[in-house]
Amino acid sequence: MAKRIGLATWQEITTGCVVFEPGSASEYHTGSWRAQRPIWDNVKCIKCGICYVFCPEGCVQQSEDGFFKANMDYCKGCGICAHECWPRAITIVEEK
Amino acid sequence: MAKRVGMEVAVAVAEAVGQCDIDMAAVYPITPQSHIAEHLSDLVADGKINAEFVTVESEHSAMSAVIGASGTGARVYTATSSQGLMLMHELLPIASGMRLPIVMGIANRAVSGPLNILNDHSDIMPQRDSGWISLFVENGQEAVDLSIQAFKIAEHKDVNLPVCVNIDGFQLTHMVEPLELPDQELVNKFLPPRVPYATLHPSKPVTMGAFAMSDYFTEMQKAKDEALKNSKKVILEVWDEWAKMFGRAYKPVETYKAEDAEIIMLTMGSMGETAEMAIDALRAKGVLAGLIKLRLWRPFPFEEIKAALRKAKKLIVTDRAVSFGGPGGPVFSEIKSALYSEAHRPAMYNYIIGLGGRDVTVKDFIGMFEKVIPYSVEKTVDTYEFWGVRES
Amino acid sequence: MNIVENFDLYAPRLINKKELLSAGHRACTGCAEVLAVRLMCKALGENTIIASATGCMEIVSSMYPTTAWEVPWIHVAFENAAAVAAGVEAGLAGLRRKGKIDDRYIKVVGMAGDGGTMDIGFQALSGAMERGHDMLFVCFDNEAYMNTGIQRSSGTPMGASTTTAPAGKMSSGQETWKKNMPEIMVAHGVPYVATACPSYPLDFIRKVEKAKSIKGPSYIHCFSVCPTGWRCGSHLAIAMGRLAVETGVFPLYEVEKGKYKVSSEMPKALKPIKDYFKGQGRFRHLTEEEVNDIQKKVENEHQRILHKAKHLKAWD
Repeated sequence: MAKRIGLATWQEITTGCVVFEPGSASEYHTGSWRAQRPIWDNVKCIKCGICYVFCPEGCVQQSEDGFFKANMDYCKGCGICAHECWPRAITIVEEK
Repeated sequence: MAKRVGMEVAVAVAEAVGQCDIDMAAVYPITPQSHIAEHLSDLVADGKINAEFVTVESEHSAMSAVIGASGTGARVYTATSSQGLMLMHELLPIASGMRLPIVMGIANRAVSGPLNILNDHSDIMPQRDSGWISLFVENGQEAVDLSIQAFKIAEHKDVNLPVCVNIDGFQLTHMVEPLELPDQELVNKFLPPRVPYATLHPSKPVTMGAFAMSDYFTEMQKAKDEALKNSKKVILEVWDEWAKMFGRAYKPVETYKAEDAEIIMLTMGSMGETAEMAIDALRAKGVLAGLIKLRLWRPFPFEEIKAALRKAKKLIVTDRAVSFGGPGGPVFSEIKSALYSEAHRPAMYNYIIGLGGRDVTVKDFIGMFEKVIPYSVEKTVDTYEFWGVRES
Repeated sequence: MNIVENFDLYAPRLINKKELLSAGHRACTGCAEVLAVRLMCKALGENTIIASATGCMEIVSSMYPTTAWEVPWIHVAFENAAAVAAGVEAGLAGLRRKGKIDDRYIKVVGMAGDGGTMDIGFQALSGAMERGHDMLFVCFDNEAYMNTGIQRSSGTPMGASTTTAPAGKMSSGQETWKKNMPEIMVAHGVPYVATACPSYPLDFIRKVEKAKSIKGPSYIHCFSVCPTGWRCGSHLAIAMGRLAVETGVFPLYEVEKGKYKVSSEMPKALKPIKDYFKGQGRFRHLTEEEVNDIQKKVENEHQRILHKAKHLKAWD
C-alpha cells in the first residue's frame, strides 16, 4: 500500500481486511505508555540475556559489545526485566 | 463427452462438484443434504475426486474449515440445510467480509420450531444480509450447471465472494431427473485454476481477519456491498459463456408467457415448473397469466424485475418463508420495495405457500390467480396470506 | 533475588533471535501471555501458519491496517480456532497433493485463550484432535475471559474472584475446580500433550519444538500470567508463573503417547500455595480454611500426576 495522507477510502483499502505488511504494528510506538523506564548498569551486567528473553515487547536488544538496552520506542516500562535480572543490573526509574 | 443420465439430483450435484477440481470439502450431515455429502465421500473414497475431505463435527466447523482452507488458496465446497445453515449463520458475514471464494450447496429445508425436515425457504431467507451471492435452481440440470458456475463466479478477481446454490430439499434433491453431466474437457476449459487474491503461505506472510475500528469498518462494508452489486456483471458474463459452451442459457429473472401477461405470478425454486402448468391452464381459459421465476436472489436483479413487471396489472408473489409480524413474506417485501419509485406498479398480492414441505398443486396456483382476478387494480392487498391454512 | 535454576548463561545463543511478533502490539504492560506467544513463534520459525481465536492475543496484534504478525495468520471467530486450523491444514494438504504449492513442510498452529479452548472452543478442538489433523493447538490460559473484562471461564482456578463469579458476602469466587484440559487431550489420544509456562522459557521452547516435530495432533497448555486480570504488579508476571509451578498450582509435565513425564523444572518439594496467592488481588478474599482446602486439592492433583508418571505405560 502506497503512503497516503489521512485514512484510506473504500476503494483504497485491501480486499477483505487483509494486511500485507507483516510487523506493521511497529508503526505504533507503545513507548508512549511508559510511566517508568529500565536503566542497565553494565558494570553489573553478566550478559546472560534473560532481560532479552523475558521482555513481552521483544524490545530489549543486544548491542555489538554484548550488553543490553531497551528500545524506548516500544518499552512499556513493565519492570519485568529489572525484577528478573539476577545480578540486579537493571534499575527502574520514573519517567519525567 | 457429456453424459446423459437419469440421476438423483443430490448425487448429480456431488458429481458436478467433483468435476470442478476442488481441493477440499468439509461436510456435516443433515437431512436432506446428506446425499450430497455421502456421494462426495464415495467419490473421494474411490479416488475419483482428489481432494481433502473433512468430516467435521458440526456445520459451524464445516464453514470454519472451508474458510480456513479457502485462505490457503484452495478451491472449497460445503453443503448444508436448515438448522445447519442457521448454525453457520455467525460465520456467513465473516466469510463474505473476508472476501473468500467458497461454494455452498443448500438443500433448502424448513427451519425449526417445530422441527420439520421438509422443503421451504425459511433457511435461506434469514441469510439475506450476509453478503453471499445467492442463486436458486428449479430442476436437476440447473443444480448441476449452477454448482459448476458458482466456482467461476466466486473466484473471479472482481468478485471474491462466497456463493450459495439453493436447491429445494427433497422436492428436488431426492428426485431422479434426466440431466446431462457436462463434458469434463469443456468444464476444464470453462473453469481454470483459482488465482487467489492472497494466500496463507510463509513465502508471503499476510494477516487475514484483522479487526477494524470505526475508522475503517464502514469502508470495509461499503467495499463489500459494491463487490456484491458488481458481481452481477460477472454473473451475466459467466452465464453468457456457459450458454456458448454448453448450450443452456440462464437469466437473473426467467419468464414464462410473461411478456403480454396482465397477471403475473412470481416463484423461486422448484415450484416454477408446477406453476407453469397452471399458467398454461389459465391461458387456455383466456386469462392473460404469466410467470416470472427469480433465479438471482443476491445481488438483487432490480432492472430485470422492473422490466418484467412493466406492463403487468397484478403481481402475485409466492413466498416460502414467513417474516413474522413483518410487512409480508421476504420476497414480497423486497419486490414491493424494488418497485416503490416506479411510475407504474402492479397491484401486489402475497401468498405464503408450501411451508414445511406442504404440497402446492397446479390447482392451488390456479386458485391463487382466480382469487385475485376479481380484485380491482387499485387494491394492493397490503397483508400476506397463508395459502391453504386450516382455519376454524 | 530470584535464582532461575538450570538457566544456561549462554541463553541468547540458544534462542532463535528472529522476532516473528513485532513490537508495537497493544498487550497490557507486563503481559506474560504475549511473551509466551513471542517465545512460541521463536520456537516455530517462519514455516508456520497460525489460526487464532478472538481474544486478547488477536485484538492486541491485528488492528487494521496494521499487524504485529510476521508469519501467515488468520482469525475468523471465537469458538473455531481449531476448526479453522483444521481447514488450513486440509487446504494445504489438498494443494500440496496436486502440486499446486511446493511441498515444504508448514506447521499449522491453532491458538486460543482458555475460553476459546475449554469453553466455547471445546467442540471444535475436540473434533480437530479426534480427526487427527497434523496441527499443534496451544491454549494460552490466563484463567478468565480477560479480553472482555475478566469474566470466569472453566479455566478459572477455584477461589479466584472474577467479574461474573466475584467474591462477595455470599460467594467466595470460583466454586469449581479448573477443568483439566491436558487430561482431556490425552483422553483424545493426542500423541503429545504438554503443560508449559513462559517463566520457564527454555522448557516452553523445547516443548513447542517437540510438538512441531510431531506429524499429527499435539496440544500445549500454556500458563499465562495476566497482571491486569489477576491484580498483581506488572513486573511480577514471570515471578507469578514461577510460583504457580513451584507451589504445584500449575504442574509442568508432558504426556507422550500416554507416558507421563514430570518436567525437570518441577521442584521436588512444593511451596505452600499461600505464597502464590499472596501477591494477587483475585485471591485476597479467601479465608484460611478455604486456602487449606485448595492446598489439599493441589497436593492431590500433584500426587496424581506423580503416580501417573511412575505407573502408566506408553500406549504401544
